[in-house]
This record gives sequence, C-alpha cells and structure tokens, in this order.
Amino acid sequence: MDISSINPVLLIASLMVAATPILLAAIGELVVEKAGVLNLGVEGMMITGAIAGFAAAVETGSPFVGFVAAAAGGAALSMLFVLLTQFALANHVASGLALTLFGLGLSALIGQSYGGVKPPPIGKLDLGPLSDLPVIGPILFSQDLVVYLGIALVAAVWALLKFTRAGLVLRAVGESHDAAHALGYKVVRIRILAILFGGACAGLGGAYISLVRVPQWTDGMTAGVGWIALALVVFASWRPWRVLLGAYLFGGITVLQLNLQAAGVAIPVEYLAMSPYIITIVVLVILSADKNKAPASLGRIFHASQ
Amino acid sequence: MSETLLSIRGLTKAYPGVVANSDVSFDIGAGEVHALLGENGAGKSTLVKMIYGLVKPDSGAMTLRGAPYAPAEPRAARADGIAMVFQHFSLFDALNVAENIALGMENPPPMRDLARRIREVSETYGLPLDPFRTVGDLSAGERQRVEIIRCLLQDPKLLIMDEPTSVLTPQEVEILFKTLTKLSAEGTAILYISHKLEEIRTLCDHATVLRLGKVVGECVPRESTAREMAELMVGTTLQTPTRAGRELGPVALALRGLSAASPSQFGTSLKNVHLEVKQGEVLGIGGVAGNGQDELLAVLSGEIPTDEGAVELKGAGIGRLGPAERRRLGLLTAPEERLGHAAAPDMSLTENAMLTGSVREGLERRGFLKWAAAQDFAEKIIKAFDVRTPGPDNAARSLSGGNLQKFVIGREVLQRPDVLVVNQPTWGVDASAAAAIRQALLDLAASGAAVICISQDLDELMEIADRFAALNEGRLSEPRPTTGLTVDEIGLMMGGAHGMEVAAVG
Repeated sequence: MDISSINPVLLIASLMVAATPILLAAIGELVVEKAGVLNLGVEGMMITGAIAGFAAAVETGSPFVGFVAAAAGGAALSMLFVLLTQFALANHVASGLALTLFGLGLSALIGQSYGGVKPPPIGKLDLGPLSDLPVIGPILFSQDLVVYLGIALVAAVWALLKFTRAGLVLRAVGESHDAAHALGYKVVRIRILAILFGGACAGLGGAYISLVRVPQWTDGMTAGVGWIALALVVFASWRPWRVLLGAYLFGGITVLQLNLQAAGVAIPVEYLAMSPYIITIVVLVILSADKNKAPASLGRIFHASQ
Repeated sequence: MSETLLSIRGLTKAYPGVVANSDVSFDIGAGEVHALLGENGAGKSTLVKMIYGLVKPDSGAMTLRGAPYAPAEPRAARADGIAMVFQHFSLFDALNVAENIALGMENPPPMRDLARRIREVSETYGLPLDPFRTVGDLSAGERQRVEIIRCLLQDPKLLIMDEPTSVLTPQEVEILFKTLTKLSAEGTAILYISHKLEEIRTLCDHATVLRLGKVVGECVPRESTAREMAELMVGTTLQTPTRAGRELGPVALALRGLSAASPSQFGTSLKNVHLEVKQGEVLGIGGVAGNGQDELLAVLSGEIPTDEGAVELKGAGIGRLGPAERRRLGLLTAPEERLGHAAAPDMSLTENAMLTGSVREGLERRGFLKWAAAQDFAEKIIKAFDVRTPGPDNAARSLSGGNLQKFVIGREVLQRPDVLVVNQPTWGVDASAAAAIRQALLDLAASGAAVICISQDLDELMEIADRFAALNEGRLSEPRPTTGLTVDEIGLMMGGAHGMEVAAVG
C-alpha cells in the first residue's frame, strides 16, 4: 500500500465536488424545516432533479439549461408535497416517504431512454493566473460554478435567517404557527415558498450527481444521498455553516476512503465504505450536544381554525 | 366619558352549527377601560378577533373615530391603532424579546434602535425588560410584559387584553393594573376580557356582558356586585358551594421530605416537600404555573416513582408503586391537561371511563374488559355530573372544555377515593360548571375523603380549601388555615413578584 500516492490538494478539491449534492439538498431542507415543515421526500426530489436535468442537458446540449430544468423538476415534485401537506393537511412524514417512492419510480420511467448517453460536459472556472496558483488554485479557483453556488447558498441562507425580516418571519412560522397566524402572517404561503425552495435545491443537488459527479444516468443513482442530507440538517442543529461543515466532512471521508481503497490499505472495503456515514454522524452528534433545538412546530400540521 | 373611539353595530358571525356573535353592539370611549364579560363560549374571543381583523364578520359594521372600520387583516388593524395582547400563543419561545417584538410591528427599526426603544418604553411604564433575553426563559409575568410592550411601541389607541391576569401573582397583577391605569389616563382605551369579576370591579369603567353570542346587559362594575355580574353572565342564580362543618380524621396522605427531579427539561424539580392531609380535609395548593405543580401531581399519581417512604398513604409507604396500584389503594388523581393527560382525546367516554375506572369499579376480569359495565359507569358519570353530551359513545375531544372537565372529575369522584388529587379542576370552565365541580369536591371531603386541590385560581382555593400552601420553584410553603389569610400574605407565600421589582409608575 502507498498512502503517499494520495495528493492532499486534489483530495480537498475533489471533496468539495463530492460534498456539493448533499450540501445543496441539505441547505434547501434546512430552510424547509426552519419553516416548520418536515419533508422526507428529499431523495425523491433529488432523483427527479437528476433525471430532469440530465434529460434537458442532453436534449439541448447545455448544462446550464439542465440545471435550471433540475431545479424546476425538484420544485414541481415538491408541489405535490405542498398539495398533500398544506392543503389536504396530510401527515408530513407519510407524505414525504410517498414523495421519495414516487420520485424514484417517476425518474426510472423518464430515464428509460437515457441509459448509456453522455451528458454535455460542464465548464470549470478558469481565472487564468489565479487558477494556476499552487494549492489554493485547484481548491478555490478552478471548481465548476455549481460548487460556488452551493457555498453562496449557504452564506445567503445564513444571512437571510440571521439578519433579515423575511428570515425572522420564516423562523417565527417554524417556531409557532399559531402565534405567527395570530400576528397576521401567511403561514401557508410562507411554507409553500420554503417547500418549493427546498425542492429546487434538492433538484440541483440531484442534477449535480447525474451531470458532474457521475456523468451518466442510472436508476436510483442518488443512492441515499437525500437521506444523508436529511440527517445532516438535524445533526447540524439547523445551522447553515454546520451543514457546510458536515457536508464537507462527509464528502471528504468519502473521497479519502476511495483513495485509501485505491492505495490498497489493508482494511476491508466494507468498513471503508461505511466510514463516511459513521464518522459524519458521530462528529455531528457530538457537535449537536448543545441547547440548539429543532423548530418547535416542525412536522405539525397547521390549520387556521381560529 | 369622552368621545366615542370605536363603535360596534350589529356584528354577527356564524360558524357551521353555531352562532358565535349575534347582533352585538356597544361603544368604547377614548381612554375608557371597557370590560367584556362572559362565560366560555359566549363569543368574547370571536368578537375581539373581528375587531383585530383575524375574523371577518358576516354582517354588521364598526366605526373608528367616526370613519367606517373593516380591517381585512391584523396588519390593517394595527395600522389603525388597535393592538392586542393575546391570552396565549403569540410569543415565540426560541426567539429573543426584541425579535418577538419586531414580529408584531409593521416597520420595525433596526434591532439596535428597537432594543433602545424597548428599554425606554419598558421603563416609562414600569415594566423593565431586557431586549436580548430568550423568551423561553422568561416567567409568565415577563412574557406578558413582552406582549404589552410590543403593543405600546405601536402607540395604540385601543388595547385589547384577553384574560391577562390568569398567569400572574397578586403583586404582578398590581403592577399590571398600575400600567393600565396610566395608559388609560393618557387616552388609550382598553378592552379588557376576563371572568375574574373582582378585577373588573377595581379596574374597569364600563362592562358589556355577553351570553351565547348576544349582549345581555351592560353595567358599571364599580356600582355592581360580583354576584350580580356573574348572574348576568350565567343567566341563572348562581349556587355558591357550601361547606358543611366536618370532623377531620387521621392523616390520610403524607409527603415526607420528598424531592424529585422533573422529567421534562423545562420543568421544575420538587425540593424537600412536606405535607399532610387529614381525612375530610381540603388542602389547597397555589402558586404560579410552572413552579412544580405538574411534578407534584405526577409524584402523587405514581407517574414519577420516588423513595418508598417519601409518599405515605394511611401510614404505609407507597413511593415506589405505579398509578394502578395506588388507585387500588384509594389514591386517585385528575391531572390538569384534559385532552391527552386526563382523557384520551380520540377515545369515547366509555373507553375513557374504562381507562381509570377498571381497577376500582371492577370493569375487567382476567384481562378481559366488561364493556357493558364500563358503559354503565360512563352513563352514571354523565348523569351525576350533568355532562352535556349526546351519549357515552362520543369522543372525549368532541366535548367542550367544561363538560369534559366535569366528566374527568366526576369519573374520579365516583370511584369513592380515600384521597383525591386534582390539578386545576376548573381551568377554562365556565362559572356554573366550576361551581358544580367545587361542590363535588367539598361533598367528597364531607364524606370523609382527603382532597388536595392544586390550582392557580386563588378565589377557588379560598372558597373550598381548609388550609392553603403555595409552591414556589419546587418548594412547598408551610400550609396555613385559609380563614383570615390576606391577599398580601398569599402573594408572599407564592414568592412575591418573582424578582420583578414593583416599579415606580410615575
């Protein structure tokens, strides 16, 4: 075995790529849960975004159109969740599970004719001399645009929740929908917008898998990333920067264990393969042992009866 | 009084199956403290929600300072100078004071300016408050200050207060009344909803009484007696519970140096609680909510096990026994929360009767349930306690609060307990049902049972209890005979103003 064959700069650069799908899906779900909605359909919205983005990119030849279509596809599927939970007042958990199952089936149906097709490649940022800098060049200045979009979204969500009135209202709705309603805020409208945002983010994350990470289409290719994103939101105590940390930790260990496998380390592959899940969860459980609590109205059904 | 501020003419609002308000008319003058009186379900809440723009009236009109007034949403009402302090659910526990206040404002200034204004206003009105504290950590009195200051920052012309004193100690009530009097002197009208008649008599200039959605009378509270107003509310002559002279027997239940940690994170742990209740005695336990009442009930019911000797029933240690064994031995309890703790909301009354009655009423044999006997028992409760329901097959949830409370208390009383512990037996129950429940508790004591009544309603405790003790931060004060106890002494037993200094209102 030869651990020295692992290049730390490439490792960091590629962990950012590996973490982006989880990051996008998790930051979207964080906004949804901050509004008091528990959408377990992340996996379903991701895979729908993955096929919608893949199909659109292949048909138009433009990865950009692909990502827009992925966001639209994820949001469209989340609209189904909106109808179930916000209008039919169905249980959030059951609706979310149904959404995941539905998304997996729908994507397999749409994806039938896309097996073995290659999507158009996505361009990387090239800032000339900046991108050529040693160490920080490959890490900071030559990723594809979606990686930066993910980080920008985290920063934007953090700033929105912390500094703006819109963020305060969103948190208020998630904290006590009855109180927010009594003060005259449109609980259902705010939640719908949050759910659609979460769906669009999950769709983007899914398309990043099918267009960039694994540039091809196979059924069920999100392979549980949506569930990891859900767990990440909880263990990150609903804090945006911790979501970023958790996603990078998960991505980092995923990439590292692949490298270790390639280097022929004498640890059974199964242990290496499970390590990202275990380490991410252990670290975040330890971090989440503070008093930061879930939004108090999370998963509760709101009906303006008074 | 001075000119009319808000005039209400013929407001009507019907919900499917029930008319909440029918042709309600009255006027509120500028700077007037106007009381809105009525039992539960009389339509007070619907009426103020129409004024605040949360509910649209079916017909009728309002005029504000002579101009037509029809708020489409609370925002519009606030813009017109109408503010409301809610009875419950309008604060966000996880947010801080300033954030909570910003949420109730139209165009809040930046946080730093807002914090400064909160400090200014709160000191002007004698309600000191730190803008950056998390609301979840505040006491009930401080939470109410947050709501009042939220309203005051908008410079309201009419302040609506829905049952503001139900969670306050007497000292805190005094501070609140000083603030309200000052506001009214500055020209702010106050619409004050309560069913505590003595408060209304001290504070209010005028009262409108609602019954079943209609205005049934008006009066000047200072010139009426509490009894007259109560009878106007209820529509019948009120039966005051009567206490028969009774002999006290030996000690039925004793707590000896009981300490217990609270199972919930925000609960209060009990610390070294001693008490004794004799047969035939009613012990009243007061205190502001959240000072260990729920924990005390749980310790007595057997939900929280303790040391064997810490709880003694008729001299025998029962601290380790669970609720079913304690019921068998004659210690029965009725917790505060009707839906979900005292009764299973979606189960029928028969099933609910089975749930606590199976042991003492012999409703099960070798694990098989005797449904016919349970139904008879449920019907017996319904009949004896005048529970208004179509029958025992109805779900507990479908009953109104007062009726379900009568059922829950009746279910325990009819099991002939040796010791009965009740928590908030008449919370949210209208005057006539409350009187019936209190009478049942007194009758039970007269028949030789020991009764512990935990309540935040001091008038209730003074009416039925022989001795009074107060819970404060998990500690129980020395019980004292209720006869001759003054409000000030009770307030001190309850922990005074809970660290809230009686601020000078000037």
